[in-house]
Amino acid sequence: MTERRTMTINMGPQHPSTHGVLRLVLELDGEIIVRCMPHIGYLHTGMEKVAESKRFQQVVPITDRMDYLAPLSNNLAYALAVEKLLGIEAPPRAQVIRVMLTELTRIGSHLVWLGTHAIDIGAMSVFLYAFREREAILDMYEQVSGARMMSSYFRVGGLLADLPEGFEKTVRSFIASFPDRLAEYEDLLTHNPIWIERTRGVGVIKPEEAVDLGLSGPSLRACGVAWDIRKSNPYSGYEQFHFEMSRGYHGDVYDRYLCRIFEMRQSVAIVRQALEGLPDGPVVVADPKLIPPPKPMIKQSMEALIDHFLLWSKGFVVPAGEVYQSVESPRGEYGIYLVSDGGNKPYRVHFRTPSFVNLQSLPRMAEGRLVADLVAIIGSIDIVLGEVDR
Amino acid sequence: MGHVKGAEENLTVSKLREWFPDATFSTKDFRNETTLLIRSGDLIRICRYLKEDPGLLYDFLSDLTAVDRLGDHPRFEVVYHLYSLQYTQRIRLKVQVGEGEAVPSVTSVWGAADWHEREVFDMFGICFEGHPDLRRILMPEEWEGFPLRKDYPVQAAPKWWEEGATSD
Repeated sequence: MTERRTMTINMGPQHPSTHGVLRLVLELDGEIIVRCMPHIGYLHTGMEKVAESKRFQQVVPITDRMDYLAPLSNNLAYALAVEKLLGIEAPPRAQVIRVMLTELTRIGSHLVWLGTHAIDIGAMSVFLYAFREREAILDMYEQVSGARMMSSYFRVGGLLADLPEGFEKTVRSFIASFPDRLAEYEDLLTHNPIWIERTRGVGVIKPEEAVDLGLSGPSLRACGVAWDIRKSNPYSGYEQFHFEMSRGYHGDVYDRYLCRIFEMRQSVAIVRQALEGLPDGPVVVADPKLIPPPKPMIKQSMEALIDHFLLWSKGFVVPAGEVYQSVESPRGEYGIYLVSDGGNKPYRVHFRTPSFVNLQSLPRMAEGRLVADLVAIIGSIDIVLGEVDR
Repeated sequence: MGHVKGAEENLTVSKLREWFPDATFSTKDFRNETTLLIRSGDLIRICRYLKEDPGLLYDFLSDLTAVDRLGDHPRFEVVYHLYSLQYTQRIRLKVQVGEGEAVPSVTSVWGAADWHEREVFDMFGICFEGHPDLRRILMPEEWEGFPLRKDYPVQAAPKWWEEGATSD
């Protein structure tokens, strides 16, 4: 018999290494993957539909729930999109705080990636260390917003509130100790022969294929394509910060690992600059139609009471038009396409989530490789299924 | 983001006018973003040109989605967000399509369009001609209706659920 026999199996949706509910239908020839077909949608909750029935400010919490590892990156993209439609800009202090917290979010998100990716490949201890540091970042979220994960701290027009007392000290002590901790993780992995064996040359994708498939973020930069939206189309004042773009050469799992480790160091540098150059001033725009008046004013001024009442009952209206705003989230290009018909609710919001697009390249990376490599490859694209399915 | 400077913006539009004198399209500038409304018959050749022209190189399909303008004719707009990695420019293309009509698939120009077009099909019921594998992507295969259409209710239970609930 010369006919090759293949076997079709299901991986997921309940598989610990798929980082959520991802189902892959695999056609196997022995241990080699002949065909890999992702099936998604298990976490689809119709966020775009729901957003159409919410007022503009009420959409912010929905964005948290998409990429729950980097809620603030999503908040930022949405706030910037609405602000662009309104034709306003957040005050300088709010912009710097946004940059600082988005970069802390990037570190936190990369730490979860590092821990889970390492545990997938069999390095247990990195997971425990990475989550220790991530805990410190979640504590910071809690300090600024009261919530550890779904922070909704960035609002249209600025921030929920100014930084609490002592916050700068917390951040300062974190960025003082974190680079050494990162060096410890690198000691465990970067030159570890088993880690290298499992990751180098695995899941390779060529730069032209990656661009064709819309891959973005660290996974794209690992192929040698120098594209970081913070550099190419800066937003929220990123042009004032000095940092380097991560860059890989081989487009394999190992280079994606190196890129993210590099990015965490750069994020620390950005956070440090933000702390040093943190300007004073308000954290919200001075527009009573967007931002509720301070509480004491409501008791003194009739206009303030009316503004307050209108904001909480009707929200604010946004001029008719459409904008596209994207930010560099920890996973890649997170874009918001926002259409307004001039009312107080979005006519249409589309969330261009990096995980959804990046997942398309999984079959290209996995086909022809061993089943055991698949786990390493899924980890290396760093998907969040909440964001894939929305 | 998407800040198209005056000179570059004219470059894309003027190049298109020069190369496609027979194509009709309209442009709109809003908040430093340029939108080109084109006919679906011109879509593929314009997309291929925008991707390959050495002075434009829109090689990255950032996003592809649709808007339901219920009450307008044609009803839907399919929206393409293109990005040039080389020139860091963005441009938005729009194609209008009526209910039951199809749009040519751009999967032959950008591989990334594959899942995007499946999502638009899934959510709006817009068909893409020439798509290699057009089927639902987020909703279950047997799902009826297209959730992101404006005449689809925000809160509605599927038929099997309703039937199950009343049969007790």
